[in-house]
Amino acid sequence: MSANLQTHAADSNVSAMKSRGILHFITRWLKMLLKSKTGTVGFIIVLFVCFVAAFANFLAPHDPALINPAKMLKPPSWMEGGDEAHLLGTDNLGRDILSRIIYGSRVSIIVGVASVILAGMIGIVVGLASGYYGGWLDAVLMRIVDSFLSIPNILFALVFLAVFGPSVPTLIIVLGVTNWVAYARIVRGETLSIKEREFVRAARSIGVRNVKIISRHVLPNVISSFIVISTLSVATTIILEASLSFLGLGVQPPTVSWGGILSDGRDYLATSWWLATFPGVAITITVLGIIFLGDWLRDVLDPRSQSRS
Amino acid sequence: MFKFLLKRILEFIPVLIIISFIVFSLVFIAGNPVALMLPEDASQEDIEQLTIALGLDQPFIVQYGKYMLGLVQGDFGKSFRYNTDALPLVLERLPATLELAAAAMIIAIIIAIPLGVWSATKKNSSLDLLATGGAVIGKAMPNFWLGIMLILLFSVTLGWFPVSGRGTMAHLILPAITLGTGIAAEMTRLIRSSMVEILSQDYVRTAKSKGLRDFFVVYKHAFRNSLIPVVTITALQTSTLVGGALITETVFSWPGLGQLLIQAVNTRDMAIVQASVFIIAILVILMNLLADIVYRILDPRIKYS
Repeated sequence: MSANLQTHAADSNVSAMKSRGILHFITRWLKMLLKSKTGTVGFIIVLFVCFVAAFANFLAPHDPALINPAKMLKPPSWMEGGDEAHLLGTDNLGRDILSRIIYGSRVSIIVGVASVILAGMIGIVVGLASGYYGGWLDAVLMRIVDSFLSIPNILFALVFLAVFGPSVPTLIIVLGVTNWVAYARIVRGETLSIKEREFVRAARSIGVRNVKIISRHVLPNVISSFIVISTLSVATTIILEASLSFLGLGVQPPTVSWGGILSDGRDYLATSWWLATFPGVAITITVLGIIFLGDWLRDVLDPRSQSRS
Repeated sequence: MFKFLLKRILEFIPVLIIISFIVFSLVFIAGNPVALMLPEDASQEDIEQLTIALGLDQPFIVQYGKYMLGLVQGDFGKSFRYNTDALPLVLERLPATLELAAAAMIIAIIIAIPLGVWSATKKNSSLDLLATGGAVIGKAMPNFWLGIMLILLFSVTLGWFPVSGRGTMAHLILPAITLGTGIAAEMTRLIRSSMVEILSQDYVRTAKSKGLRDFFVVYKHAFRNSLIPVVTITALQTSTLVGGALITETVFSWPGLGQLLIQAVNTRDMAIVQASVFIIAILVILMNLLADIVYRILDPRIKYS
């Protein structure tokens, strides 16, 4: 009985320590973040965009797909002829631009993050295998990496989309498959150097299996590079997704995406500038936030590569 | 030098084979294109006949072998939309794309070199902050959107430049700025950090202490050395440049490879897609090789190994 109580006490102690540990962890990172102005700005932007995407249905003033012929091409509310109900104006079908931009953030975030995770998984596996095992496997994998590098990302994405047809899941896979190369190269490089370090050699000399060495000793050491590339990669992927949607080969209507709104707006440039302007502003601000956050992460996690010298 | 070139060129062969394999496999997965080639009311028999005539009923390996055999002879198959060979169609569009890419590169260099050098010599000044801030924004802006904004301002509102098309210098300016901005942003950042590093080196301090004018120290001593990493990374941007050109062309209806390719993707005209991918890959590879050579000229210490 008493033993039982003791373990209970120990358990709650452990969990208290754990939560204190997490709290400590968060405050430590927040302190570091607040030291960097651009990092803080980036963090706030990213948090804001994620918040908007998560609660789009509460935040959007209108249904993004609601067509209203009576309110076609209304300018932003502060301009002459603007409608109070439509802050950023309406499009050619009378749909509210602000609501469309709010909903559009979802596609950008989901496609951006999901495809980067996929790219990261492929890249890490290839990079680890290539760097750790070396030999012919490395030679073959690196030739494949070279091949991907000789073709612009967008071109590969176009070929994939031509074959599989555009949709959100295809887009995630396509962008994941086209972006893994950056991870593979960096993870391979890190693996090559970690592989020669004493702790890995020691593990190998006592007969630890390769798979275990990779997962226990090498993988944790490449994680920080992974986080840094991933963050910056989300930024480029958001632009890439917007470009593809703009070309009409990405996200298809009725799903709203920033690139798609921009593409619609292009036809009304001469009369209604707001259609094409605001989604671009949304993309730029989001990407800027992610770049700021990514640069800060790089400075913190990888002191060797300072972005600002 | 010769040996080095030969070795590098031989290294391209597996890369090109892998690319052809990936693209061919994708097209194979895409399925039988015959239905797209024939009129909509074609009977099942017609489809089968043409499939056999084109050898599309054969196994993957046989088809791939035939494809590679044609490829070596410069035959990428027929575009069913234009009903001619794909390669000439692609090559015909290439000069327009190269013109745009070259103009964009020139604009990027004109912006990036002075800006990068300046901001490095006047580190943390307001100019430096402006330049580095501008570079980040340039990187964050999708270039197709920048293109649209430029059209809005300079074509629609001010009427200075034509909205789209190709022909005169005026047609070239907006697309070139659109495409050049992103490259300029990256280049400015690079030149700046490369210069900052070099300006702190001993030989620069020596040059300064012997009373050489700042201009000479910066341009004769530091700048040339700072170019070495810049050249390499700029060449690696060829891929980005070409990728950007594909989109910029669509924004400005520039009659280049990008426009042809995107039409081909929309109509699933795979022969054109395959030929374009291949030509672009060769282009990128050649640019990287060129950079490698320039790199060695700039820095004679690097050996051809």
